[in-house]
Amino acid sequence: MLERTGIPTDDDLEKVIPDKKRLVQGPVVIIECFQKIPCDPCAISCKLGAIKPFRDINDLPQVDFDKCTGCGICISSCPGLAIFVIDMNYLDEKSLIKLPHEILPLPEKGEDVYALDRAGSMLGKVKVIKVLKIKNKTNIISIEVPKSMVMKVRSIKVEDKNNER
Amino acid sequence: MTDIAIIGGGPAGLSAAIYAASLGAKVTLIDDGLELGGQLIKQTHKFFGSEKQFAGIRGIEIAKKMIQDIKEYDNIEAIANSTVTGYYEDEVITIVQGVNGDILKKLKAKRIIVATGALENMLPFVNNDLPGVYGAGAVQTLMNLYGVVPGNNILMVGAGNIGLIVSYQLLQAGIKVEAIVEALPRIGGYLVHASKIRRLGVPIYTSHTLKEVYGTDCIEKAVISEINRNFEFIPGTEKELEVDTICLAVGLSPLSDLLWQAGCQMKYVPELCGYVALRDDNMKTTKDKIYIAGDVAGIEEASSAMLEGQIAGLNAAVSLGYKCDNYQEQDKKLKAELRELRDNPLSEEIKIGIEKALIRGGRD
Amino acid sequence: MRIKEHPILEFNQKEKVKFTLDGKELEGYKGEPIASALVAAGIKVLSRSIKYHRPRGFFCAIGKCSACLMKVNGVPNIRTCVTKLEEGMKVEIQKGKGDFN
Repeated sequence: MLERTGIPTDDDLEKVIPDKKRLVQGPVVIIECFQKIPCDPCAISCKLGAIKPFRDINDLPQVDFDKCTGCGICISSCPGLAIFVIDMNYLDEKSLIKLPHEILPLPEKGEDVYALDRAGSMLGKVKVIKVLKIKNKTNIISIEVPKSMVMKVRSIKVEDKNNER
Repeated sequence: MTDIAIIGGGPAGLSAAIYAASLGAKVTLIDDGLELGGQLIKQTHKFFGSEKQFAGIRGIEIAKKMIQDIKEYDNIEAIANSTVTGYYEDEVITIVQGVNGDILKKLKAKRIIVATGALENMLPFVNNDLPGVYGAGAVQTLMNLYGVVPGNNILMVGAGNIGLIVSYQLLQAGIKVEAIVEALPRIGGYLVHASKIRRLGVPIYTSHTLKEVYGTDCIEKAVISEINRNFEFIPGTEKELEVDTICLAVGLSPLSDLLWQAGCQMKYVPELCGYVALRDDNMKTTKDKIYIAGDVAGIEEASSAMLEGQIAGLNAAVSLGYKCDNYQEQDKKLKAELRELRDNPLSEEIKIGIEKALIRGGRD
Repeated sequence: MRIKEHPILEFNQKEKVKFTLDGKELEGYKGEPIASALVAAGIKVLSRSIKYHRPRGFFCAIGKCSACLMKVNGVPNIRTCVTKLEEGMKVEIQKGKGDFN
């Protein structure tokens, strides 16, 4: 259970994942934020109104998935690094995940990195499609994963070639 | 002679100084650190809270902006590297300046805002005095201020916000965090912090604590154990971890010595983590000229410390006759924002604690 | 050991200075706390407890715990975690309560 391990359960996730119909329509946000805490930058970052404006700063984010284009601007706004964008049908066999990344080294476009699940277990190697450097230093990495892994992968481990640190 | 002496240059003290100075009060800000900013200058994470109060901005950036603001006010004198050692009648304080006490000064102030923050708690375990056992604040200082690696394999004790945040900061510095142990049956800090550490492969063991560490001149091994509801070790559940560093994030206690000495009415409020001064909603204590703000008023987040600082700064300045054009409205707005910050299930305890420490209406 | 690269922070370390610990030459950055330069140089034991001579290391970093009291330039009981490092400082692990000899 989330409060004991830090890993959200399937029941938790069910509340924040859009329905199958929306998932196949293109990129969409998944906000893995399950606890009422005083925090509202995601709603303010969303210019499309897809993350509904908060009435109270302790509100949980509410997403109107029909308004969400999966643009990903909210990803780096989140202090909890809890926002991801997935594109289920990015390619025939592959899905795309955009995730926040604040650890060194920064991967390069085209590089193979380890995909990690919510417990930090390695699920295999995946390809980095895009590295978007953001001014606030929460960079956004797009990775291509097998469709079966799209709801599992939530982090990456990049091999430190220089082994400098 | 100064209008307002503010003791402590962390988030609460900085906010109080800026607010009071913006109304024209002459402010003297005294801090015992090598630099101003308290714990804020080590916080590399983006802050929670409301967008109105710096949410989404990293603590280090907030500190930078506030310290810059302080420098721009001619009516703020900031003295770093100085310790306030005593309070005397008529709002006179003594200041020991210079790190090893080279200069002793007296300062008379019309109002005093005590924003001294908190002290880290210690944990009893075998060999807890060995080198390699650090307070979480010290780990942050080494790593985030001076770029020094505190150790190679860390065991974090405590899964409150500090334990979780410092664990993440260790990972960002390229240091291995072997595990986090938490004595309570559930994670105390924000779950989003826990999840982001967990998915980087750091296990979080709730209902576990550190039993002992081994080593001669430094730590070579740590033993953790599961504990039951009464916090007793459960035999046979011990695990050995190969770590060279223990980071303690087992809570904070308000640093209230000056308030005791000044004769403020104090009360033990467990929800606020120790003895705190009774205060009204303007953050004024039972001594008419002494205000409090931040962790010394009860352990909370930096975001609430900044709001308490603003409330204390505003009200201390107004009590001296400095004009705030729309005082009622400003005062109400700050108090509403503070209430809003605490309006979530995680802050239930804090709200109970504040009720216990709050004085309503006429006193003194 | 020093952090060479950081995803958020930049350490624009200033001037390198030399100092000694019990006569052994070490290097640190000017203006950082003496104790931080010692930890960076791999020194773990900063003092010994007075009665049982148990080792003491960097602990609180705010000048409150006394684990880092050392003799600096002949003066004992200097809180090295809040004292800035300068070129040529003579730092020593002090014995007992310290003396001026």
